[in-house]
Amino acid sequence: MSELVRISARRRRTDAAMRGLLAIATAIALVPLVLVLYYLFHKGLPAWSGNFLTTDPNGNFLGYPGGVRSAILGTLEIIGLATAIAVPLGIGVALYLTEYGKDAKFASVVRYFVDVMTGVPSIVFGLFIYIVLVLGNVGGSGYAAWKGSIAVSLLMLPIVIRSSEVVLLLVPASLREAALALGAPRWRVVVRVVLPTSLSGLVTGALLAVARGAGETAPLLFTAFGAQVLTGNINGPMNALPLQIYQDIQQARTDLNTRAWGAALTLVLMILILYVIARAASRRSRII
Amino acid sequence: MQANVTAAGSGGRSLFERSPLHRLPDRVLQWGLSGLAAFVLILIAYFFVRLIGQSSTAFSHIGVFDYFFRNNWDVAQLQQGGACARGAGPCTLGALALVLGTLITSAIALVIGVPIAVASALYVTELCPRRVRAPLALLVDLLAAVPSVVYGLWGVFVLIPHLKGFQQSLANTFSFLPFVAGQVAGPSYFIGGLILAIMILPIVSAIAREVIATVPQEHKEAALALGATRWEMIRTAVLPYSRAGITGGAMLGLGRAIGETIAVVLVIGNSPTLAHSIFQQGYTLAAVIANEFGEAAATPVYRSALFAAGLALFVLTLFVNIIARRFVVSGDRGRRRAAADVFAPEVVAGTE
Repeated sequence: MSELVRISARRRRTDAAMRGLLAIATAIALVPLVLVLYYLFHKGLPAWSGNFLTTDPNGNFLGYPGGVRSAILGTLEIIGLATAIAVPLGIGVALYLTEYGKDAKFASVVRYFVDVMTGVPSIVFGLFIYIVLVLGNVGGSGYAAWKGSIAVSLLMLPIVIRSSEVVLLLVPASLREAALALGAPRWRVVVRVVLPTSLSGLVTGALLAVARGAGETAPLLFTAFGAQVLTGNINGPMNALPLQIYQDIQQARTDLNTRAWGAALTLVLMILILYVIARAASRRSRII
Repeated sequence: MQANVTAAGSGGRSLFERSPLHRLPDRVLQWGLSGLAAFVLILIAYFFVRLIGQSSTAFSHIGVFDYFFRNNWDVAQLQQGGACARGAGPCTLGALALVLGTLITSAIALVIGVPIAVASALYVTELCPRRVRAPLALLVDLLAAVPSVVYGLWGVFVLIPHLKGFQQSLANTFSFLPFVAGQVAGPSYFIGGLILAIMILPIVSAIAREVIATVPQEHKEAALALGATRWEMIRTAVLPYSRAGITGGAMLGLGRAIGETIAVVLVIGNSPTLAHSIFQQGYTLAAVIANEFGEAAATPVYRSALFAAGLALFVLTLFVNIIARRFVVSGDRGRRRAAADVFAPEVVAGTE
């Protein structure tokens, strides 16, 4: 190199120093991840003993404080319901944007607000639902699991819409045109061509939204908070992993803090599994 | 885009045209999906109006200006059932300490998080070996997979006890700076900002990576061909080109930092008085809602004051996000223009 272009020692030193700095910064960026995972396993695994996964928190002041069964099942229920709301709604809006709206004025307004919605803090969604559904005792109860699900689904909605829109846009126009040319009506093209082609991409987007929603505490705090034991009643308060962790952190008892670590490890592992499945689904995709 | 091929005259249908009955599902789908999109927008607007409605109690008792610019988050007067709590007299509640707390922690998060995020994005896209590029990006992205309550847990039981000494030595070393000197508390604005920095890092880094990846290979090769070193290539070709996009990414990170609740409420100490150092306990708008919600539920003015904090958060993040979009979009346009200048002015001009 130096035969062609002579680079002064000063410039070479700057180059080496800056390259080193950028590499160090990248290493620093990964330090928190390593530390968080290390402490999760280090402090969380000891909590995973005995009846951790099979008992509910019992609220006893002494002795074994109970496990997190109700929290795990509550999270599954709340997030399952939230997914059932957010995913069809989100894919529907994305279909409108790609198949019908396109460059129409209304479509760009929708797109803009969906973008802006992505940045709305999760606690604000919790307040929205608290004001509209909890304050008015809608459904005959104040705090309720289904209200928590709606709050979480609001949060998942923009993620589902954005990711679905990207995937639907990847469906080649030639496929749609071919179906239309064969005489298929528009709705058939959507149902039989567009959706199946983009299925794995849609699944990936939905799973990422689920992973995001599963870890949210703030929206549930105002909507589903207040139960410890297992309950199947979605019209009443329900426990969830993030709520259980949040409560246990604030207690001045070592065994409760340990339970928080154990619950956190459970939650993070659940989310990581979702991520892995999401990536596997996107790899099987036919169009990306 | 109708499926019928020929538009038959005013009279009968052409051979290929469907009967109105057959076209019904099409109409239903089209209007159903449009209705869905409209429903989402109307829903958000409705929530916004209701939030304003619920906040108005506090604003009418306290005054909008006083609420945001008075440094007096004295909630005892509300709970003891004074004239203010009963709605019979004026209140002197002021959220300045919370507003400033939100701004301080977000600023700390940006100062720490953005340089590291951009540097790691530069390293991943421009410097590191091709083989480790995807795994490195994935690892940085994984930071976003950790829920905020887990960051809070980690902050409380690991970061705060371990960084006490580090905070004190920082405070002592930089005591000549304003808002730094003095005793340090365990939980503090600084710890809150540090946790936020970690949480915004993956977002800012991901956007920066995306933006940097759009820098045309030709620009970079041109810089290298002129004898630039790798770093000079980054400084003269990559950074100027992606500046607007990176700024937009940082703004999105800022929006995230402003609204983050659970991690912050656990590590900031929740002290409603404005501290005189960033190493002391503080409070933020989001933290006050999560922390005092239970106590406030029974007192209408108090509860409404928390809704007002939520409204402030909503408007603030909306504002930040709108500006961020501008940057990202204008960055896009700027890049397209730059590309047009260099390569094919007439082609791109023709498409615009």
